[in-house]
Amino acid sequence: MGIRITKPAQEMDKGNRSLPKARTGIQGLDEITGGGFPRGRPTLICGSAGAGKTLLAMEFLVRGATEYNEPGVFMAFEETAPELTQNVRSLGFNLDELAKEKKFVIDFVRIERSEIDETGDYDLEGLFIRLGAAIDAIGAERVVLDTIENLFAGLQNEGILRAELRRLFRWLKDRGVTAVITAERGDGALTRHGLEEYVSDCVILLDHRVTDQVSTRRLRIVKYRGTAHGTNEYPFLIDKDGFNVLPVTSLGLQHQVSEKRISSGVSRLDTMLGGEGFYRNTTILVSGTAGTGKTSLAASFVDAACRRGERCLYFSFEESPGQLIRNMRSIGLNLEQWSKKKLLQFHSSRATFYGLEMHLAIIYKLVEEFQPKVVVLDPVGSLIQAGNRRDAHTMMIRLIDFLKQRGVTAFLTNLTSGGEALERTDVDISSIVDTWLFMRDIELDGERNRALYVLKSRGMAHSNQLREFLLTPQGVDLLDVYVGPEGMLTGSSRLSQEAREKGDALARRQNAERKVRDRMRKQEALEARIAALRKEFEVEEAEAETMSGEAVSREQLIADNREIMFRSRQADLLRIGSLQKDRREPNEEVRRKRGG
Amino acid sequence: MKKSEENEEARPLSLQEIGERNETAANEVWQLRLYIAGQTPRSLAAFANLKQICEEHLAGRYNIEIVDLVKHPQLAAGDQILAIPTLVRKLPQPLRKIVGDLRDTERALVGLQIRSGAIGNEVSK
Repeated sequence: MGIRITKPAQEMDKGNRSLPKARTGIQGLDEITGGGFPRGRPTLICGSAGAGKTLLAMEFLVRGATEYNEPGVFMAFEETAPELTQNVRSLGFNLDELAKEKKFVIDFVRIERSEIDETGDYDLEGLFIRLGAAIDAIGAERVVLDTIENLFAGLQNEGILRAELRRLFRWLKDRGVTAVITAERGDGALTRHGLEEYVSDCVILLDHRVTDQVSTRRLRIVKYRGTAHGTNEYPFLIDKDGFNVLPVTSLGLQHQVSEKRISSGVSRLDTMLGGEGFYRNTTILVSGTAGTGKTSLAASFVDAACRRGERCLYFSFEESPGQLIRNMRSIGLNLEQWSKKKLLQFHSSRATFYGLEMHLAIIYKLVEEFQPKVVVLDPVGSLIQAGNRRDAHTMMIRLIDFLKQRGVTAFLTNLTSGGEALERTDVDISSIVDTWLFMRDIELDGERNRALYVLKSRGMAHSNQLREFLLTPQGVDLLDVYVGPEGMLTGSSRLSQEAREKGDALARRQNAERKVRDRMRKQEALEARIAALRKEFEVEEAEAETMSGEAVSREQLIADNREIMFRSRQADLLRIGSLQKDRREPNEEVRRKRGG
Repeated sequence: MKKSEENEEARPLSLQEIGERNETAANEVWQLRLYIAGQTPRSLAAFANLKQICEEHLAGRYNIEIVDLVKHPQLAAGDQILAIPTLVRKLPQPLRKIVGDLRDTERALVGLQIRSGAIGNEVSK
């Protein structure tokens, strides 16, 4: 609880310094009124029964008392003090406590026509005195009259009543209290008794419409003197925290742009997205036919975000949190741990349970409370069931703008039903998302397999390839798809193709190895032959050596013998020299022979 | 006074019942309270008219209490006073309220249930 002042409201405040305002403390209402109700003037709240008039008035007072230190008087013409106290206790407003602190007074005015007779002139001075006394008792700055029209039922003289009401509103202004007057809506007029005639500073209309059995509450500022105000109908909701008005149309395209990238939780998908994953603060859409793994991809993304320590808010319109946690455990994602660490918050509700505005409001509220970095909507298409296509489309735009403004990365899934064009979404948001992943199944060889591709991803170079999407007990994985003559191959076709390719590769390798072996053998053979030849040659050489050696020794022998012969003859000494010369010659002859 | 009793008393009475009550009330002292806000001409007129009615019809067995809300604003809530002047018949029961300056004596008498019946009765009388 607590007030949130958004930027536009502050800006509007500045522009309207001249007109002082009393903050209502109601989220959204201060935003569209530019700061609250006109201070010191009466504001009329009209609407049919059950539209939330009393609650709005009550919250105005309670928040005034608790948050702005402006005590308030609640003058009730319909419900008694105990009834009122009990009614708003469920919203966390403790009126008894406030009354003790002298910040709050309930004055119940009972008018029983059956015990009142009228004779002659009168005025409503009694009412003035009571109100004045109550205001003085606590120094009230805010006053609620709920529903003052009941006076018309209790008193007959309408002429006196009208004159007195005019005087009352004048009196309230003179007292300087910020007053809220509630009134029943009349046929063709804002109020049944034309109170808008007297209260002309600010008129707010509450509406409660039921379309297709789904009810939506709406608020509109009919007029607000001296203030530029939102003129649209704004949806609002009443929940455990009271009144919530959604200034949905105050959103624009001024959100911050982030350069940061975050992982999708699937590393190969990050690779497909320019290697780094998604841009932070963008909108990611995953669409695909039933059972293609959209939720699993969302869960992987959430898991990765929680791993980074970021808070995630998961809106599931089809599965309960327990079911989601169990199912994701089967692909190895333990979401429960994040849930326990308060990083992950689930919100499961059927899309048809509320109207679109209510859904939007709940998402707004939870995002404001939880301040997540990542929001998952799974699946957005089911929101159509809560409204018509056009409304759902507008709502999605509002929602995406809102999330972007809050710096949230939004992950949306969308179911593409059979029969329809595949590359479109039910809520026609494909043009406003930044990254669009498309999941489809491929039927081949009596099998159905999942495939994923990046249809678009703004601001990054992304892969153009189709990948097979695999859910394994270790998580989500992406595999290459084989493209063969008969088209894309997935599943067991891919496996058989892989096996075939493996076989081919083995054969090629074996072939190559054989060739290597052959060459080696050849080389070995060649080397063996070379070795043999060398051996042969060595033998021959050795032989030749021996032979020449023998020849020399023979010549020597002959020469020696001849010398001996000469010596023994003792005929001619000169011959000895010539003999010595001869002794060398045969050797040279042998050498010449060997070289040849 | 408890709320349930109050409701019981507030139910419209039949003519016969009113007659019976009037008989029992004949000896009772009437407790009347007139709420005013300051000494305005209207308040003074209401008081004068009331005094006259009482003297005429309840001589000796009435008791008028004047509450000036300007002096005692906290008393307005007790009898659920909105209009001024308001005459409250505290006794005899049931509680009756007459709003206005009591200018129309006949209506005042009917309102106070001093005179039973509606205006039609008076014509026949």
